[in-house]
Amino acid sequence: MSAVTRSCGTADDSENALSSLAMIVSRATGDGGGFHAPTIGDIFPGPILFDGTVFEINRLQIVRFVAAAALIVVFVIAARRATLVPGRFQNVVEMILDFVRVNVAEEILGKEKASKFVALLTTMFCAILMFNLMGIVPGLNVAATALIGLPLMLAAWTYVSYLSAGVRELGVGGFLKNSLFPPGVPPFLYVLLTPVEFLQVFIIRPATLALRLMANMVSGHLMLALCFSATQYFLFEAAPAMKGFGALTVVGALIFTLFEVFVATLQAYIFVILTAVYINLSIEKEH
Amino acid sequence: MALAETTTVLAEVSGNIATIGYGLAVLGPGIGLGILIGKTVEGIARQPEVAGQLRTTMFIGIGFVEVLGLLGLITGFLFK
Repeated sequence: MSAVTRSCGTADDSENALSSLAMIVSRATGDGGGFHAPTIGDIFPGPILFDGTVFEINRLQIVRFVAAAALIVVFVIAARRATLVPGRFQNVVEMILDFVRVNVAEEILGKEKASKFVALLTTMFCAILMFNLMGIVPGLNVAATALIGLPLMLAAWTYVSYLSAGVRELGVGGFLKNSLFPPGVPPFLYVLLTPVEFLQVFIIRPATLALRLMANMVSGHLMLALCFSATQYFLFEAAPAMKGFGALTVVGALIFTLFEVFVATLQAYIFVILTAVYINLSIEKEH
Repeated sequence: MALAETTTVLAEVSGNIATIGYGLAVLGPGIGLGILIGKTVEGIARQPEVAGQLRTTMFIGIGFVEVLGLLGLITGFLFK
């Protein structure tokens, strides 16, 4: 299918400008030019080690190993050197732990219920944050959560923990009654409400958790890769008149890098806060 | 006829036109986020003492709204 835009303008200069614009567009999308737009294929790199076995290692898995190692090193160092009066490094780590405990767990779950879930939420937050931040580390350049496997596993963790928390608190029957038949609704509405609630509790919640995290990281990676590859193209391959655009795209890349730090933190925060909300919804007895 | 001679092709779209739809899918969540965040700011301005609670609720809401826009991104890659 093709859409054709027609114009009646014949002025020379505008035609030139338009044809050069068309060239940029065709360069950006075609194969002939030197510019290669990033594709979704970046997220699925070829195998590096143990090709063909179940232990196949590709670039993304190495990024995950690096992230996990970095996470362990940070916390081991912080725990080893823990002092009563925290230094700068310990202060940052304590701030993160305190943030999850106070601003997520205690605010959503309440002080007395929170203590059971603080460990879960803290582990999740730190892990997701570290995995997400790999997207802006030079040389790694892709978030470890950009492939669905890891977000899916984290979502499954949330899924199991809110289901088991609900069952432990209210029993199987009580939990199902609590979450599938919300009180204060006229009985005939349950025909509509219960299937929707069932979908919500058992399918949509974990699926959206995983999708949200992955899609954010994929889009962040594509944006950064687009900016960097456009910079490379404009500076080294494009016509001299277009080199100026390179400055624009490199500034864009730097801004988007900062934006990615924000998105990485925000996604980790949203993931744990939704986990806390789901746990709270399943252990809370509605009156 | 004179008109036909002067027409020029400005841009040709190749590939699936449905990709435009995935772009359009971002509009709704965009409006939603605007309303959501704007109303939160309004609430905080009226009652600064509940700012923390409002912010938390806002982020939960953002999580739900944002996933709709991201579905547009995902479908763009799934159904080329």
